[in-house]
Amino acid sequence: MAAVMPAPAQSRLLMSGNEAVSRAVWESGVRVAAAYPGTPATEMLEEISTYPDLYAEWSVNEKVSLEVAFGAAMAGSRAFCAMKHVGLNVASDALMTMTLTGVAGGLVIAVADDVGLSSSQNEQDSRYWGRFAHLPVLEPSDSQEAHDFTLAAFELSERFQTPVILRLTTRICHVKALVTVGERSMHPVAGFTKDVGRWVMVPGAAGRRLPLMFERESRLRSEAEVSPFNVLETGADRRVGFVTSGPAYMHVRERFPDAPVLKLGFSYPVPFELVRKFADQCDQLVVVEEVEPLIETEIKAQGIAALGKDILPRSGELSPAVLGPAIARLLGETVAEAPVATPMQVFPRPPTMCVACPHLGVYYTLAQLRNVTVSGDIGCYTLGFGQPWNALDACISMGASMGMAHGLDKGRADSEKDKKIVAVIGDSTFMHMGMQGLLNIVYNRGNVTVLLLDNRAVGMTGGQNNPGNGHGIHGEDAPRVDFANLVRALGVRDERVHVVDPYELPTLFKTLRQETKIAEPSVIITNRPCVLTDDFKARSPFMVDSDKCTGCGNCVDIGCPAIHVTRREKVIKNSGKEVELNFVRIESSACTGCGLCLQPCAPDAIVPVGELSMPIHVVKKN
Amino acid sequence: MAQRGGVVSSHLRFGAKVLSPQITPGTADLLLGFEAAEGMRWRHMLRADGLALINSGRLVPPVVDLGLYDYPEDPVAAVRAAGTRVFSFDASAIASELGDARLGNSVMLGAISDYLPFSAQVLEQCILKRFATKKPALIELNRQAFAAGRAAAAQAAQAA
Repeated sequence: MAAVMPAPAQSRLLMSGNEAVSRAVWESGVRVAAAYPGTPATEMLEEISTYPDLYAEWSVNEKVSLEVAFGAAMAGSRAFCAMKHVGLNVASDALMTMTLTGVAGGLVIAVADDVGLSSSQNEQDSRYWGRFAHLPVLEPSDSQEAHDFTLAAFELSERFQTPVILRLTTRICHVKALVTVGERSMHPVAGFTKDVGRWVMVPGAAGRRLPLMFERESRLRSEAEVSPFNVLETGADRRVGFVTSGPAYMHVRERFPDAPVLKLGFSYPVPFELVRKFADQCDQLVVVEEVEPLIETEIKAQGIAALGKDILPRSGELSPAVLGPAIARLLGETVAEAPVATPMQVFPRPPTMCVACPHLGVYYTLAQLRNVTVSGDIGCYTLGFGQPWNALDACISMGASMGMAHGLDKGRADSEKDKKIVAVIGDSTFMHMGMQGLLNIVYNRGNVTVLLLDNRAVGMTGGQNNPGNGHGIHGEDAPRVDFANLVRALGVRDERVHVVDPYELPTLFKTLRQETKIAEPSVIITNRPCVLTDDFKARSPFMVDSDKCTGCGNCVDIGCPAIHVTRREKVIKNSGKEVELNFVRIESSACTGCGLCLQPCAPDAIVPVGELSMPIHVVKKN
Repeated sequence: MAQRGGVVSSHLRFGAKVLSPQITPGTADLLLGFEAAEGMRWRHMLRADGLALINSGRLVPPVVDLGLYDYPEDPVAAVRAAGTRVFSFDASAIASELGDARLGNSVMLGAISDYLPFSAQVLEQCILKRFATKKPALIELNRQAFAAGRAAAAQAAQAA
């Protein structure tokens, strides 16, 4: 997106936490901001890229984005980096050593924990990276704090010459609330100072930096003791005092307005003296934090008595509704029954692939292959595990499909000699962390058929630009990677590289069957864009000629959300077998004419609504 | 998951001071169901005398078409039978008549606009402002959608 004029200082704006952080990044005079998209962190870089006078980029993965931001901070600029929780796992190699070098310009790492797993493969507490790397952690509780803490994080970062972790959760990132914004202030950039003892982390130099890191941590703890972000709020009802951080503070405040609360906005290093002082004012302490018992474990280790996860849920989001009964039980009070009945029973509505999604044909085809294990990856195409395809067997982390596939190949049981191993990965995930897995297969003479689903976008997070679509973060032209040449360069033989139109089912099926039979690595690249991006061009829609529909239900197996069953009918076939017929209609207002469903339709019951805008590019299966 | 056909729910709290952004189940004043079965899914968020405004239009997910689950026969009637006050009409049909199913959102916001502690015009202006950077035709369409939703809700209220 192009830069727009930011709202003037002192404006009160309705902002999500992500937007508030972004505004503060701009106000802080940040010169370099980098990220890889990931829910719930994505909007930070999207938003930052709309501000003037700073450099923003989509990096190819979180580790690279952190290295870019760190480089800028070495050069003396203020730098910012945003990622989701699992992104910091990827970036952690860089993180664990930049804590030794420290930074020159301020470096703030915003990490967004997907508490409650709205769109992630796991639930994690990123504050542990703060403890692990001996870095300060700030935890805002709402949008205004997200803004203010970001400003403070840069100041803290420069004063202590340390990267600072700004820990957000989905509830902070996406909730919108009023924020009073401020002025932009610029900071002089000192430039890079050559200092091999500091910037070149070989064992000797790194060893000399270790005591400095611990000394810094000790000073940071003293800072946390007096930080204005650690607030001791007195309360009349002293039966329970709450130590809390992040959005959990709001839930505590809402549910227990009269209780004493110690709000830790600067939560690591934990200010032990402040906690002790607070403990003296309450009958007992309960630590309320999302997700892990980090503060709880820290203060218990100091000999301060407290409860926490022993009475509160071990995972997921907290809320006033969760806290109320737990504390009532602790105090031996009767737990008030929920005022309203339990939720009504309704069918689940799992996420699904879009109408005309180019992945539909891929999974329809994979579902037809026999004796195959499909190793999957992170992206929209992970949904291929679900109905009706059931055609993805494993998924753990970004880029893991090929490493897992190679292991499935090498570790196969004697009884599974003929099993075919397929890896499925999207373009952005391939560039993020997948290339190494493919190189490893080639180098170690593995036997995996790789489906590289190139839809020219980071689809799951909203279609961000990447090196695969030839556009930069502002939509400008950028060098576009050539996947066929790339995989050839990694050593996949030319004959084993195919570029296939995923809307042509017969070609897809033939290529996949052929390549899985050949005992060497092959790569099949699909070449249709994500339907939610500008690259996708809709065609004229189709409809079902109900006179011709025989109810075979083949089209339903495509899994397109525009195809609906209108009538089910049980019939006895000549063989005596009972089969269910599914007569269908197409929601033509949703159909974009990809033509996938025409191909398995034997009676040609799927016809254009009007004149075809373009010739259909599909080939009928005989 | 909003773009992947999954369940999406949003909580809106406003007032002089808002602490937790989450609404405790059984305490919401209003429930705005943008799809019939989704109105049913979230009924329990309402307080006993709360009001549900539910689009009777349906979005049937693939799991239903695949025969794995049944779509409720009449979600709106089910919510009513559970003792909740419901105003319902087909916002999807109104949107389609106006030319775009996505206008259903503005139709439903129009529907709720007379049940908020501020004038309907305030909400209308906020919505139209969101379209200010888009094509002028979109502003007009959304204005129509909002008005149609308002009228439909008033009619549904009379019928209820």
